[in-house]
Amino acid sequence: MAKTRSSNALLQGAAIVLAVLLTTLVLLAAKAPPFAAYANIVLGAVGSWDVAANVLVSWVPLLLVTAGLLITFTAGLWNIGIEGQITLGAIFTTWMLRGLQASGLDPSLIISMSILAGMAGGALWALLAGALKTFGGVNEIFGGLGLNFVASALNLWLIFGPWKRPGVASMSGTVPFAPSLWLPTLTEQSRLSPSALVIALLAIVLVYLLLKGTYFGLRLKAVGKNPNSAYLLGVPTWQHMMISFALCGIFAGLAGAVQVTSVYHRLIPSISSGYGYLGLMVAMLAGFNAAVAAPVALFFAALNVGSIQLPIVLRQDSSLAGVLQGTLVLFVLLMQGVRERLAGKGLPQ
Amino acid sequence: MTLEIALVGLAGVLTSAAPILFGVIGETISERAGVTNLSMNGKILLCAMGGFAVALATRSILLGFLAGAAIGGLVALLLAFASITLRQSQVAVGFVLTLLCRDLSYFLGNPVMGTTGPSLSMLSIPFFQDIPVLGLLFFRQDVMTYLSFILVAAAWVFIFRTRPGLMLRGIGERPAAAYVRGANVNRLRYLYTVAGGAIAGLAGPIYSLSVKAGWKGTISGLDGIGWIVLAITIFGGWNPFRAAFGAYLFSLLQWLGLVLQPALPGVPSQVLQVAPFPLMILTLLFVNIGNAEWVERSLSRLPEPVRRRVARALRALKATPPAALGTPFTKE
Repeated sequence: MAKTRSSNALLQGAAIVLAVLLTTLVLLAAKAPPFAAYANIVLGAVGSWDVAANVLVSWVPLLLVTAGLLITFTAGLWNIGIEGQITLGAIFTTWMLRGLQASGLDPSLIISMSILAGMAGGALWALLAGALKTFGGVNEIFGGLGLNFVASALNLWLIFGPWKRPGVASMSGTVPFAPSLWLPTLTEQSRLSPSALVIALLAIVLVYLLLKGTYFGLRLKAVGKNPNSAYLLGVPTWQHMMISFALCGIFAGLAGAVQVTSVYHRLIPSISSGYGYLGLMVAMLAGFNAAVAAPVALFFAALNVGSIQLPIVLRQDSSLAGVLQGTLVLFVLLMQGVRERLAGKGLPQ
Repeated sequence: MTLEIALVGLAGVLTSAAPILFGVIGETISERAGVTNLSMNGKILLCAMGGFAVALATRSILLGFLAGAAIGGLVALLLAFASITLRQSQVAVGFVLTLLCRDLSYFLGNPVMGTTGPSLSMLSIPFFQDIPVLGLLFFRQDVMTYLSFILVAAAWVFIFRTRPGLMLRGIGERPAAAYVRGANVNRLRYLYTVAGGAIAGLAGPIYSLSVKAGWKGTISGLDGIGWIVLAITIFGGWNPFRAAFGAYLFSLLQWLGLVLQPALPGVPSQVLQVAPFPLMILTLLFVNIGNAEWVERSLSRLPEPVRRRVARALRALKATPPAALGTPFTKE
């Protein structure tokens, strides 16, 4: 046991080293000074209180979607439709805010109702992907992808159509909401909302407990491991899949709601910002473990925020963060395969 | 609209379907062997950027295309190694590769972004180009479009009419039976995954050196096309001709979106550009719904003549994937 654990750690360490090595090669190929690039990312993520707060701002949606994805992954589902679920969450939130902004209700009530609407929107979109899978036989990957495109088309149509700015519609999004309808932030300039941060942390703890400590989590795991035998053992399979889709959609919708109410204060064309796809990577890298997912998500958020300055300082594209994230997950998967192969060889056949 | 303009538009539909065809046929070959290559979306971007950069540096369009095929083959080799040798999930590795390739293309493509480079010119076929209607449609195209016509037919003949093609279907449907017949299942899967990846990789340079010449980074408009390619592969039921039908249908819809835009002033252009994508889910629903159990159950309640007709229609639409798709093979 101790031996496998230390060799596991060794292989994981090797994965990280290889990922950094490959990314360094990519940097050299782009004729960029690797050390300066890494230093720039570190400084860009923790160099000042402002950028560190931005890391937390981007941690919130990433943590929320990852929490949701852990549920669908446990049920054996690849919820690639998560991007669209974030978008629908943002659309529903905006819709509710627009509807109530002139109503004279208490702003905190309006914000709460809008966030709930966002959660409902995300759940609705996720259930659609679930229904396509369970009743239409459409694989959730392709159903989800298609729904992502529909969601972004709907979003664009709203921004350039019914919800366009007076005068000229533009890629900068809808008219910003009044500051009274913003989720309260730490300081006036900051985009970091303590309540959003608390919600995100609660979400990941909740999912951890749900999957680790409840009978529902156990049944979900049975469905994910082998749906046929779970069904034979009396677990209503498709119902569990639908519930896991809905729960994931609620978290994704919440992420969209947070982006509207505390970060952008309006609906913008790329409101999901790729957080859904990134969440899938975080979940994979964390080995589908909620306790590990939180720090991994923080690290990924730091990479994203840290690389924002790359184009200005080093004239390099900020997609370097994605390169490092991708190689990391890739090598961890490869090393996992190496470990399984080594373990398989050690056993008597 | 005069006939001439419509014909030029339709000829453009054939041209813009060429990269999709290369992608779909490559993926069909890979999936026929039992390996889903989910990396398509990022791979097309990386091959487009790589092909363009190589063509720009060497001033050789041919080398650009070869680079695209080589990158596509390499990405597929990585997937094959991870899924066949290391037995990791094809979906997981493919998804990571799709994001990684996309970010790599944006990062490495930064220096060549926005530069004008070489692009493929039209190659009219003498005599044939003067045939009324058909000449304009089929014989005033570039060389990759001609190759795309040939590719579809060649792939069909290979898969359904040759012995190696029979083996290819065998290792995707019943690898154990193919193994008993003497096939080295895993080596063949490697071969077809890499070959399929290289063919699909050509889709990239077809974009960056012809259909949407140049490399414009995130605004190249290529992000998303790979997912459509994967969806059309399913729609095509792993049959090259049916897949070609799907590819042309998609290109036609995209063109109609452009043509109809002036007629629909209320619909923003951004929406029309993505309109064909939702249609893909609908078609996927149609080809898959015959596989769902409840459909069969509710069909049995219909009166017999209606039931038979509906069942036949569903069967014609239905696409059944290779039985061993996504599962690793071990000889026990």
